[in-house]
Amino acid sequence: MKQYIERLWNGLVKENPVLVLMLGMCPALAVTTQAANGIGMGLSTLAVLVLSNLIISYLRKVIPDQVRLPAYIVIVASLVTVTEMLIKAYLPSLYEALGIYIPLIVVNCIILGRAEAYANKHTPMLSVMDGIGMGLGFTVALTLAGAIRELLGAGTVFGLRLLPESFSMTIFIQPPGAFLVFALIIAVMNAIGIRTRQRQLVESGCDGNCALCNTACDSRTTEKAEPAAEQKGGDKA
Amino acid sequence: MNNPSLIMIIVSGALINNVVLNQFLGICSFLGVSKQMKASISLGVAVIFVMTIASAVASLLYDYVLVPLGMDFMKTIIFILVIAALVQIVEMFLKKKSPAVYKALGIYLPLITTNCAVLGVALNNVKDSYNFIESVTNGFGTALGYTIAIVLLAGIRSRINEKDLPRPLRGAPVVMIAAALMSIAFMGFSGLPL
Repeated sequence: MKQYIERLWNGLVKENPVLVLMLGMCPALAVTTQAANGIGMGLSTLAVLVLSNLIISYLRKVIPDQVRLPAYIVIVASLVTVTEMLIKAYLPSLYEALGIYIPLIVVNCIILGRAEAYANKHTPMLSVMDGIGMGLGFTVALTLAGAIRELLGAGTVFGLRLLPESFSMTIFIQPPGAFLVFALIIAVMNAIGIRTRQRQLVESGCDGNCALCNTACDSRTTEKAEPAAEQKGGDKA
Repeated sequence: MNNPSLIMIIVSGALINNVVLNQFLGICSFLGVSKQMKASISLGVAVIFVMTIASAVASLLYDYVLVPLGMDFMKTIIFILVIAALVQIVEMFLKKKSPAVYKALGIYLPLITTNCAVLGVALNNVKDSYNFIESVTNGFGTALGYTIAIVLLAGIRSRINEKDLPRPLRGAPVVMIAAALMSIAFMGFSGLPL
């Protein structure tokens, strides 16, 4: 039981996908013009993430290691297609608001990242909890950013007016505001001591750049290592 | 170039609706790779290359296979597979035919598979019901915009690194503030009389 709760806490705070791991930034920046959109995007991603973690975890011994990434992508893409159809049928206004970012959940780094880093090594139950934790962390971050942007940009939160209309700064619901708000949220988290992994990731040169990053980074380090080894050999000779 | 609307698609894709600063696609690599100028240029060239080809292939597949079969709801799955396969083929082709280019693009080719900008452009082409030529042009223009943005940010970051910043702002936050300012500057393009 304890490890299940640990998974939730890990996704929500310790390894919050957006604010700490800096994964899935594209939808986070794009849809947070309103708090409600943030929740919608967060929950859609949560649903896909939980199901993909569950399926991949069940299939982890069936899928051959060499073709695992294509297999994951097909699983995730199918789930996303189903989710897209459901949203289109039952929540048409959300479908309009999120637009192209719903199919783009496929390439959300969080989903392939968790499949690769967690679900293919752990039991289905733990993977589901990991998916819920990560999905909730994503939802909370998006809702928070959406609420801040909506409040500053339009004076409302969830459509509820908190500031008079004359106080609203439209720039915050326009593209620059997204970068600005996320920059400040992360700066505040740095200031109060929640260390982001950003710096060490930047140093490794790949920034958690999606799931394929692992392979890319490996090839990069080997590429780098080879000439170094040659040099060493040369020196010795 | 007899069709002025193609020029308009390029300008709009590259500047007005800049893929990174306005549509927030490909942010991962935008923030990650822009640390070095040289790497940014390589990635930019690789993206132009792949995105143009991917737009062409995706457009042909959509118009001549998916729509006639009534399977356009499968577009997300098909496009992502096509892009992944395409990147592999391009990589193998370059490795064989021009090792110099392959070496220059290096690790950036596989990274492009998960670059949401490529899938985003393919889906946008379908959404805006562009024909084949328009899709290819839009793919090229968008990729050009990506390259402009990432090279500019790399230039800014090389300057930022020399500055003494307050500790909490170091790393990701200051880069995103720089991106915010670039985004404000790019908003000026929306006033272009087209």
